[in-house]
Amino acid sequence: MPEFVSLQDVSLRYDVSESTLALSGATMSIKRGQFAAVVGPSGCGKSSLMKLVTGLKRATGGTVSVAGKRVNGPLKIVGMAFQNPTLLPWRRLLSNLMLPLEIVQPHRGRLRTHRGEYIEKARDLLRTVGLEEFEDRYPWMLSGGMQQRANLCRSLIHEPELLMLDEPFGALDAFTREELWDVLQSIWMTRKFTTVLVTHDLREAAYLADVIFVMSARPGRVIATHQVDLPRPRNIETTFDPHFIDMVHKIRNEIAQVRSEGRAATARTLKAV
Amino acid sequence: MTSVNRRRLEIAIPWIVIGTLLLTWQTVVVAFGIKPFVLPSPTVIFAAFVENRGPIMQHALFTLTSTMSGFSLGVAFGMTLGVIIGSSRLVYVGLYPVLIGFNSIPKVAIVPLLVLWLGIGQPTAIATAFLLSFFPIAVNVATGLATVEPELEDVLLSLGATKADLLFKVGLPRAMPYFFASLKVSITLAFIGAVIAETIASNDGIGYLMLQASSQFRIPLMFAGVFVIAFMGIVTYLIFAFIERRMTGWATRGRDIQVASGG
Repeated sequence: MPEFVSLQDVSLRYDVSESTLALSGATMSIKRGQFAAVVGPSGCGKSSLMKLVTGLKRATGGTVSVAGKRVNGPLKIVGMAFQNPTLLPWRRLLSNLMLPLEIVQPHRGRLRTHRGEYIEKARDLLRTVGLEEFEDRYPWMLSGGMQQRANLCRSLIHEPELLMLDEPFGALDAFTREELWDVLQSIWMTRKFTTVLVTHDLREAAYLADVIFVMSARPGRVIATHQVDLPRPRNIETTFDPHFIDMVHKIRNEIAQVRSEGRAATARTLKAV
Repeated sequence: MTSVNRRRLEIAIPWIVIGTLLLTWQTVVVAFGIKPFVLPSPTVIFAAFVENRGPIMQHALFTLTSTMSGFSLGVAFGMTLGVIIGSSRLVYVGLYPVLIGFNSIPKVAIVPLLVLWLGIGQPTAIATAFLLSFFPIAVNVATGLATVEPELEDVLLSLGATKADLLFKVGLPRAMPYFFASLKVSITLAFIGAVIAETIASNDGIGYLMLQASSQFRIPLMFAGVFVIAFMGIVTYLIFAFIERRMTGWATRGRDIQVASGG
């Protein structure tokens, strides 16, 4: 499988005046169709990574490339979903789902003439996440978990080659979260789009991903890569598998270590000041 | 209390308050024998209104025309300005101090200038109404645009959205509740502007009528003018409040609608 997303020695500084880097020497590569997870202590630049890969931010150093091309501006083949579902409150669910189609070419040009076809597609997607009865509801009538399902649908409606998820299930209760892991896994298994999931839930990462990148504290860089070889489809029983538990445990320790190093570094800087 | 009774009470209570206020007023004036040229009673004011209803209506119509013309200009200009300020950080930073400065000037101070430029009469009233009414609209539209969730912008930008896409698909619909809320404020300000201009430089309008009544010590007629302005203010406010509810019901999240449960 060829490499789809690749970061070579990437660094990012948000502000010229700012001395600290958000990312420094981050290197990773993700194959086409792979499900990758990025975990790390808070403030390690996981979200910066999202912005770099999608081209919303330019790297200060190093190269970011997607699908063999260097990223120079916002990509147009990406679906994104965040912790905040950001559905438009003035649109009904179905119409919310159609939003990307009104923007992305070639759908944008075809939407008016092939409306019925697109609506069917949106309905199919709603069905896969169990929201088919709610297409006429407004987002604020739905629970957080349902909104997040819809958000996921919206990020997939234009069949992106790359799906970027930034803590999409972070605000949900544990049971709803596990339910949505399943939903996401089954959509991914049928469609096989390349996925990058940023999360600080290690169980979530191990449950969903083929490969997990562990990042250090700021300035973020990749300190470990884990291949997850557990068979699919994974289910809740998988999370009690000793192999699964070992992996989560190991990553947990790696993060604990970078966290303590990060704290020591901060303390040193404070003393120096 | 049942919810039906409660709703009935909510509809009735503004009228009860107004009624009680007028009744107290009447009682106080009669009980203490207050002279009509100090404080006329509501019945005397009403009599003055009925007696002069022809000229009052004529002047009221004039004021209403000035107000609405100035307000329409204010909506168009305020909306445009709001979109410009709200969509560019640089313009926002550049224009904000100027706008704040402009808004701090009491508009009464500008009316003589307007008279110099536009003469005595309706154009000055329209201009004053306009100057008072555009500011809240501009600020509100700008606020609505500026508070679009950054995540949503990222989602759309990563789909290849242009600035115009962001504005029309997200920014403007999102700013609509702010816009309609500002209309309610602006329409009352437009009335104030028109009446101020009429009291300073006009031969028509409720403001002029009141000034004339005052110089002739016809205090009940002055009060009748005040009531007519208040009445027009309330009616236009209600019209815009109604439009607001119709257009942006989603923003108030229809509280009686059942929330669907489940994951």
